Amino acid sequence: MSSETATIHHDDAAHGEHEGMTKKRILNVFYILLGITAVEFFVALVIAPKHPGALWINPIYIVLTLVKAFYIIAYFMHLKFEKMGLIMAIVLPVLFIIGLILVLTNESHYWIELRRALSSLL
Amino acid sequence: MSTVVTQQVDEVKSTPWSGGRSPFNVEYGKMMMWFFLLSDAFTFSSLLISYGALRFSAPVWPTPSLVFQSFPGLIEKDAPLVFVGLMTLILILSSVTMVLAVEAGHRNAKKEVVTWMLLTVVGGLMFLGCQALEWNHLYHEGFWWSKIPNKETLQEFFKPGVPLSQQQMSSHQFANLFFTITGFHGFHVFSGVVINIIITINVLIGTYAKRGSYLMIEKVGLYWHFVDLVWVFVFTFFYLV
Repeated sequence: MSSETATIHHDDAAHGEHEGMTKKRILNVFYILLGITAVEFFVALVIAPKHPGALWINPIYIVLTLVKAFYIIAYFMHLKFEKMGLIMAIVLPVLFIIGLILVLTNESHYWIELRRALSSLL
Repeated sequence: MSTVVTQQVDEVKSTPWSGGRSPFNVEYGKMMMWFFLLSDAFTFSSLLISYGALRFSAPVWPTPSLVFQSFPGLIEKDAPLVFVGLMTLILILSSVTMVLAVEAGHRNAKKEVVTWMLLTVVGGLMFLGCQALEWNHLYHEGFWWSKIPNKETLQEFFKPGVPLSQQQMSSHQFANLFFTITGFHGFHVFSGVVINIIITINVLIGTYAKRGSYLMIEKVGLYWHFVDLVWVFVFTFFYLV
């Protein structure tokens, strides 16, 4: 009985993994990644030098990086075509990373203020 | 009346979570690779977020376009991002050849798998070579773990008027973080290349043809794409921001 169910699972898995990526699709994702990197270069080499100290440049880089990360994980790593359970098991723990970012940005903000306060004392 | 109720109770549920089969519907090794990568993602995030916190709290920071403005061996100055752009291109391309190896594996095309795997290995080695050149260049400028260049060289990486003590403090932090994080990533690339070579040898001696499935290519592929993924973030936070 258990060996029978095992073979059924194996077949299921084999079917699921054939969906998704064809050569054409792989190349499309590659062009998207290349295009986004080219945009990042354009921003860094052409736009950023014209606006020294602008605060909106870094958010552009971060958003573009997250888009690239999405394409690598969803298509190259094939996560988009897996079962919802697996997708959630991998994606939801990333909330902890966002939590750490929030905590440490808050902390470094405190350090800046502390440095300012100390330098005004000296 | 009672028979209807019994029928409803006995009806076998077939939803993914009603038991008897894996709700994830992936092979054990592949699922464990995903969870390993998740843990590795936490490690890299901790490193990169510490970098972010230290940099954000520092009054000054070496300007990336001034620190990374050479193409080792060809251009000495005024070529910001060119060399790291080449490294990024190499790593993305080797990711593409890896997906192509996985795709060939689905068709059980052994020769194609070998070709794409070998190209992936070559891409990985080229990336490591580039990183060695980059480290070598920075080392000869004076950067290393807890080592920074002399006053005159250091001045080139900052806007004019920044006090020397601040330059030295943030350069120390920059050097330690840069070599630790790119080193940890480079070590991942290195182990990825070694794993890819082992798997290519297995393909050549027919291990997966006998097994009837090239699923192992997918598992090492996941690791390799993860290395590419981390580089995307390292590239943004060290070279662009």
